[in-house]
Amino acid sequence: MVELLKRLTETDGVSGNENKIRELIKEEITPYVDNIHIDNMGNLIAFKKGTKEHPKKIMLDAHMDEVGLIITYICDNGMLKFGTIGIDQRVLLSKRVLIGGKVFGVIGVKAIHLQEKSERENVIKQENMYIDIGASSKEEAEKLVKLGDYAAFTTEFEEIGNGKIKAKALDDRAGCGVLIETLKESYPDDIYACFAVQEEVGLRGAMTASYKINPDIGIAIEGTTCSDVPGADEHMYSTVMGIGPAISIIDRSSYSSKEIVSALIDTAKSCNIPYQIKRTMTGGNDAGIIQLAHEGVRTGVVSVPVRYIHSPVSMMDIKDYENTIKLIKEFLRKGVL
Amino acid sequence: MDTLEFLSKVNNLAGISGYEKNVASITADIFKELCDDVEVDTFYNVIGKKSKKIGGPKVMLAAHLDEVGMMVTDIDDKGFVKFTGIGIDQRILPGQEVRIHGSKEVLGIIGAKPPHLQKPGESDKAIDIKDMAIDTGMSKDELIQLISIGDPITFKSPLIKMNDKMISGKSLDDRAGVAVMIEAMKELDKLNYTGEVYFVATSQEELGSHGAKISTFKISPDVGIAIDVTHGETPDAPKERTCVIGKGPAIGIGPNMHPILTQKLIDTAKEYGIDYQSDVIPGRSGTDAWVMQVSKDGVPCVLVSIPLRYMHTTVETLNIDDVKKAARLIALFIASLKEEKEWLSY
Repeated sequence: MVELLKRLTETDGVSGNENKIRELIKEEITPYVDNIHIDNMGNLIAFKKGTKEHPKKIMLDAHMDEVGLIITYICDNGMLKFGTIGIDQRVLLSKRVLIGGKVFGVIGVKAIHLQEKSERENVIKQENMYIDIGASSKEEAEKLVKLGDYAAFTTEFEEIGNGKIKAKALDDRAGCGVLIETLKESYPDDIYACFAVQEEVGLRGAMTASYKINPDIGIAIEGTTCSDVPGADEHMYSTVMGIGPAISIIDRSSYSSKEIVSALIDTAKSCNIPYQIKRTMTGGNDAGIIQLAHEGVRTGVVSVPVRYIHSPVSMMDIKDYENTIKLIKEFLRKGVL
Repeated sequence: MDTLEFLSKVNNLAGISGYEKNVASITADIFKELCDDVEVDTFYNVIGKKSKKIGGPKVMLAAHLDEVGMMVTDIDDKGFVKFTGIGIDQRILPGQEVRIHGSKEVLGIIGAKPPHLQKPGESDKAIDIKDMAIDTGMSKDELIQLISIGDPITFKSPLIKMNDKMISGKSLDDRAGVAVMIEAMKELDKLNYTGEVYFVATSQEELGSHGAKISTFKISPDVGIAIDVTHGETPDAPKERTCVIGKGPAIGIGPNMHPILTQKLIDTAKEYGIDYQSDVIPGRSGTDAWVMQVSKDGVPCVLVSIPLRYMHTTVETLNIDDVKKAARLIALFIASLKEEKEWLSY
């Protein structure tokens, strides 16, 4: 299980550039599904037939894209200017990125010896940063990189602490992993597994996918903010790491269906799967757009708590991941509401 | 072992000042392949010696093995590790991977609050190091078995190769200088030189060159050659305080460096057509040359530096050609020092 997560998180797929991660997921799920379709947006939609006579249509969604950078300009001195997708400018300095899947670059900052003390209290604005790829001129840089190339962080997947892992892009490769594991079994209802593109730029992949699938219910599976860390008050902990999958009632993008929420909670209780309710209303996810498809779709959101999402390195408890898989599987095994 | 191989091997090793034991022992093994004699002293200075002829000039090279880092100051009730750093820009810390060197090595990450939880305008203010914490994924009870207050912390940042020449990683300040010494050992084997040459991979430079101080005292050289890094040109740095990457080593000029020997070094570069740049340093050079110069009754020193961008970060960046050119220049310079020391007199 952890091996799969390593492959998923170490493959790049910044919003708008999901080719590589889509190929990987496609390969992973092909043996387990009846049919695979890639739509005009680039969403990967897999169909798995239900075992019961009049199955319902369940859409399971996890987004494939991750936060990252895109090259916007090549300077005369060979440095690259960039735009960001979903990243706080304060996590960028002194980090490494891989551009276009082949060229390493670093986001540098002049040495501390060359700074005034007051400079270190001020943030360097992202528009004043640059990526250094070791090129000494525009011509040299242009041989390696072109405008519009995407760049992703280079973080290695590793185990950390006791039973935790650290990696980039756990938002939402954790959800992709849950979805892939879920597809290894059959369920009473028809499953439409959507590995969506472009969640991070405004839930755009799930918009067309949910229209196409037109499901009876939709479940978004996320790697969500886990803020049980210093600097956050306890009542502001959106989720806590290590105490089970988080079920959302409401967030910035969606209201969960009461029936789905209680079915998920009942499933967790009857199967002795630990769970938590997501406590804050921050963050949004694909459920927000799935529920608006056609004449409206009842949705739910189940998330693996992940600390430090949208930064180069995030952390997750493997137990939470396994329990999320269990919860989704048990929920589906029961048959739809 | 070539420069890339050496730096790939040692750059990601931990060696904060005072804790160089491991990196020193690995460096000593590499020195043994190229030197007549190698020892590691009580401060973890690695001293390699090569000599053609006893009685000629005694030359000491120094490049430091230690690196900047951080230290554990507290472990909170939830197991988050508070820390302090010296010589590090706090703005590079959020989202960084680190290793805490306790009774066991513990991997950690310096957490960054996701944008979703921030108040408007929050991302325009730098986070104070006091408000940061290292997350090891462990509880306090688990953690206190492994680490304690005062344990050193280093970055985790393996070397990357950006193209044929350019590399980036942590602690290239000044393990690139040690790489210069290794290349210089090989160059010297091809040359006819007199005297004894001591290659010292020094410890505790970042604390004030304590390693260089004791090793210079012990060796009592006739000439000191410090090899360090100097600021490489970047768009955000003042041009007058930087050298250009890939245009050859920088030769230090100023009161810390012996004027006649420095001129001799420049003449050597010119004679053999080796690119070099001038690095004018008005006072304290911030290198091992600073203590070598005033060891015992004084040691004439020169300073050769590798231009390096983003010093004291996890992405220190340099051009390998500069390392090779520096090594060749230094070896030719050593070979030019004749047995009679008339080249030393004012």
